[in-house]
Amino acid sequence: MDASIATSSPGAGSATPLVSARQICQSYDKGAAGSLVVLDKADVELRPAEIVGLLGRSGSGKSTLLRAIAGLIQPSSGTVAFQGRPVTGPTSGIAVVFQSFALFPWLTVLENVELGLEAQGVAPAERRKRALAAIDLIGLDGFESAYPKELSGGMRQRVGLARALVVHPKVLLMDEPFSALDVLTAETLRTDLLDLWCEGRMPIEAILMVTHNIEEAVLMCDRILIFGSNPGRVIAELRVDLPQPRNRLDPAFRTLVEDIYARMTARAGAPARDGLFPGTGIAMSLPRVSTNLMAGLIEAIAAEPYKGAADLPPLAAQLHHEIDDLFPVAETLQLLRFADLEGGDIRLTAPGLRFADGNVDERKRLFAQQLSTYVPLAAHIRRVLDERSSHKAPAGRFRDELEDHMSEDYAATTLKAVTNWARYAEYFAYDESADLFTLENPS
Amino acid sequence: MVFLSNSQARPSTLAALARDRLLPNIYDLVAFALLAALAVVTLHAAAAMHAPLSGLTTAPVTLDPALLPEYALRTTMRMFAAIIASLIFTFVVATLAAKSRRAELVIIPALDILQSVPVLGFLTFTVTFFMGLFPGSQLGAECASIFAIFTSQAWNMAFSFYQSLRTVPRDLDEVSRSFGLSSWQRFWRLEAPFAMPGLVWNTMMSMSGGWFFVVASEAITVGDTTVQLPGLGSWLALAIQNQDFAAVAWAVLAMAVVIALYDQLLFRPIVAWADKFRFEQTAGQQRPRSWVYALARRTRLFKRLMTPFAWLGSRVLLMRLRRPASMAAKAAPEASKLLDYAWLGLIMALGAWAAWTAVAYVGQSLSWSDAWDPLARGVVTLLRVIVLIALASIIWVPLGVWIGLRPAVAERVQPVAQFLAAFPANVLFPFAVVAIVSTGASPNIWLSPLMVLGTQWYILFNVIAGASAFPTDLREAAAVYQLRSWSWWRRVMLPGIFPYYVTGALTASGGSWNASIVAEIASWGDTKLEAYGLGSYIAKATEAGDFPRVVLGIAVMSLFVTLFNRTLWRPLYVLAERRMRLD
Repeated sequence: MDASIATSSPGAGSATPLVSARQICQSYDKGAAGSLVVLDKADVELRPAEIVGLLGRSGSGKSTLLRAIAGLIQPSSGTVAFQGRPVTGPTSGIAVVFQSFALFPWLTVLENVELGLEAQGVAPAERRKRALAAIDLIGLDGFESAYPKELSGGMRQRVGLARALVVHPKVLLMDEPFSALDVLTAETLRTDLLDLWCEGRMPIEAILMVTHNIEEAVLMCDRILIFGSNPGRVIAELRVDLPQPRNRLDPAFRTLVEDIYARMTARAGAPARDGLFPGTGIAMSLPRVSTNLMAGLIEAIAAEPYKGAADLPPLAAQLHHEIDDLFPVAETLQLLRFADLEGGDIRLTAPGLRFADGNVDERKRLFAQQLSTYVPLAAHIRRVLDERSSHKAPAGRFRDELEDHMSEDYAATTLKAVTNWARYAEYFAYDESADLFTLENPS
Repeated sequence: MVFLSNSQARPSTLAALARDRLLPNIYDLVAFALLAALAVVTLHAAAAMHAPLSGLTTAPVTLDPALLPEYALRTTMRMFAAIIASLIFTFVVATLAAKSRRAELVIIPALDILQSVPVLGFLTFTVTFFMGLFPGSQLGAECASIFAIFTSQAWNMAFSFYQSLRTVPRDLDEVSRSFGLSSWQRFWRLEAPFAMPGLVWNTMMSMSGGWFFVVASEAITVGDTTVQLPGLGSWLALAIQNQDFAAVAWAVLAMAVVIALYDQLLFRPIVAWADKFRFEQTAGQQRPRSWVYALARRTRLFKRLMTPFAWLGSRVLLMRLRRPASMAAKAAPEASKLLDYAWLGLIMALGAWAAWTAVAYVGQSLSWSDAWDPLARGVVTLLRVIVLIALASIIWVPLGVWIGLRPAVAERVQPVAQFLAAFPANVLFPFAVVAIVSTGASPNIWLSPLMVLGTQWYILFNVIAGASAFPTDLREAAAVYQLRSWSWWRRVMLPGIFPYYVTGALTASGGSWNASIVAEIASWGDTKLEAYGLGSYIAKATEAGDFPRVVLGIAVMSLFVTLFNRTLWRPLYVLAERRMRLD
């Protein structure tokens, strides 16, 4: 149990949940081709006096779930209830803190904080009093009349917090609140927030936070829901029973972090490479990962001290990458069979090792080979270009094909990713002004 | 701006004065005087607008310099009335277009076309209409004039506002919704502020264009009806009729003073104020300054005067006109689609009916062969516009770049260029006409430059802005690799300023089409000069009260402008956006 958390509320578990989200699904209709599922039957319960973390990569639907709970979007199916009543729109008992801070640049700190009260129709004098109290609590005194653009990122997020707290919400939702901040600032803010929470000085009863930072989740949360991708869903739930304040160097802490890494790289059942990215065949939705990053990661794994196989947490730490940055690169390597990802480890395959040793031309040749074999879309485009006597094909055609299977944004990203990889591998060329794929590279 | 901008008084003395809490400070006195004067002047001018129409014949416009301030005031008031109307139009129509998909289907194409319609052509109909609306009162003629200015201003403002509303940042939208701001609060807290910088800029552009039309619309002859509203435009018309050179000079002077004052007292402060609405999270390096704004912010009296308004504002913002839409309503898609088709059908039927009515009306007195004349004239005017814009570009692009790369020079020249763009060129026409008459030059050639006289400045100040914003590192890179002369222009500078140039040239060309109605036909006393073109066609038809020909002329000009924009400017714009944005 969370013995360290001293709040007035009774212990977790015994009380009725503040928020319960049941079987939340979110999908985007793609007409005849069916629908793109971004979140599949997610269940979350938030009980008094707990901090719950939604941990996962981008595209795992965790922000979608948060927005559904906040009443900002209506999920395709499933129900959200706040204190037993269904949520059909933004509710006054739930406040949201945003990754981008979402401050109004034309309002001062004080006015920004007062905004929520203004919406509730609170009279100006009362509004001011409460706003000043929140500003005081969150450590913003002296900045009341400053405009957001005069503040540093950390101070801006403090405004975001004060603005959320001033309306006295029961539940605080935080969407990657610290990910836009530098490491030191983020740590300070986390600590301050945890102090306020542990001392019971905030009017809130529970916090639900979305994060892609494993250590942050272990540091702050009492429960962590781990999200898998394609489609986004909850793949595991962990309790963190370490007492607050937690120490990152504590062996128990490290074990938990390792465990989560392993869970996030393991894929339940299914052959290793299916379901890596959403969709199958040419309709696979691909992330935009630069070939430089791929080469860099391959080199890092091939070099000392890893010599071809690396444990992800220390690798991430060494490269100063968070999982959100590292995983897409690692997974793209896996897609191209340059590496294997299993149980929190990444291991270079034979082509991967050859790539690491190769010179520029060999690397390109190797890359083209893997691209043609393992990325159906690239092979498809190349085949069309080969078949045509002009060796030219409008990119719009492939974009349309993709849009039958995925949203416009994903289609554009996927096509851009393949274009960049193919350009690097000199597999085919692309003329941007004409929006045309060709086989001719300028000589 | 031009004359008074650097009157930044010594801050130490100011601070000392501000510390004295009991006595009103010197800024209070100045501010109070300004406010009082403004109130008196507004009331006076507003009262005069209601005067009976007969007043115009008993007290006609006379060329007495003592009356000039009064005339200038009346002209300015018309401008204000029009800009207020434009703002209301903008808030209502653009908001409607942004919020309702069906309204959007109609409003946006309509605005697009209206932007290209020659405003002065409208006068013929609006004068008749408004005079009928307020028989026997000057208000009718006033309304016609105000409406003419309005039609030159409203469309681009509405467009800018609409675009801002459509691009409200997602996170701010989510904050507003999660706090449950009502639509009313959302509009004033989120949408209007977000749209403010674009709106202020467009309003300024509109006002600059507006001076031209206020001058052109005060003294109008439609068939047998001649109205001369007291104002600078009528003064100018009379001066031309009487061949009074000194009076023309007076008008130029009065116009210059009015625009300078107006810029200093109104627009600089607004621009300085609107700076805080710029949606940037980082502090800009150079913030717009205004001595009036600084004055207003320093005065205690001003603050005290504003307190009730601020209080009222905060109360008004507490109003909840409507419960916030909880979530995007999910109407049955089939039913909604069916409604869409019905709506589209209705619109098309209406459009067809309108087109048929117009054709039938014109067809009563004109046959198809009559259409060739305006078409041929349109080609000539098109040629003029192209040649003149090209000439203006050749002159102003190098000059603008030269100025823009020298911040010290740019700081002084930029306000002058903006001032010149606002200055109504038609005030200067008499000088050109006199020159042409006395030298016997061909009006077909020499009247043409008048079309770009007022609009060329848009090219200049946009190019200056572009060159000033050109990144230093790129300039340094060009210097390091020793790019010189032509390759420097072709590879470095021209692409760098291209987006700005396109904006300027687009505005200039649109303005030139409009100006052709006034510029292709000019007179000095009894001497009349006419250039063969579409502008003179419309002008003559208006004077003769030949409505069918006016309709035909306007339709043809709208067609030319629209096609010209679609085939030349829009592709260039897209190219500039895609390739040459430097941010």
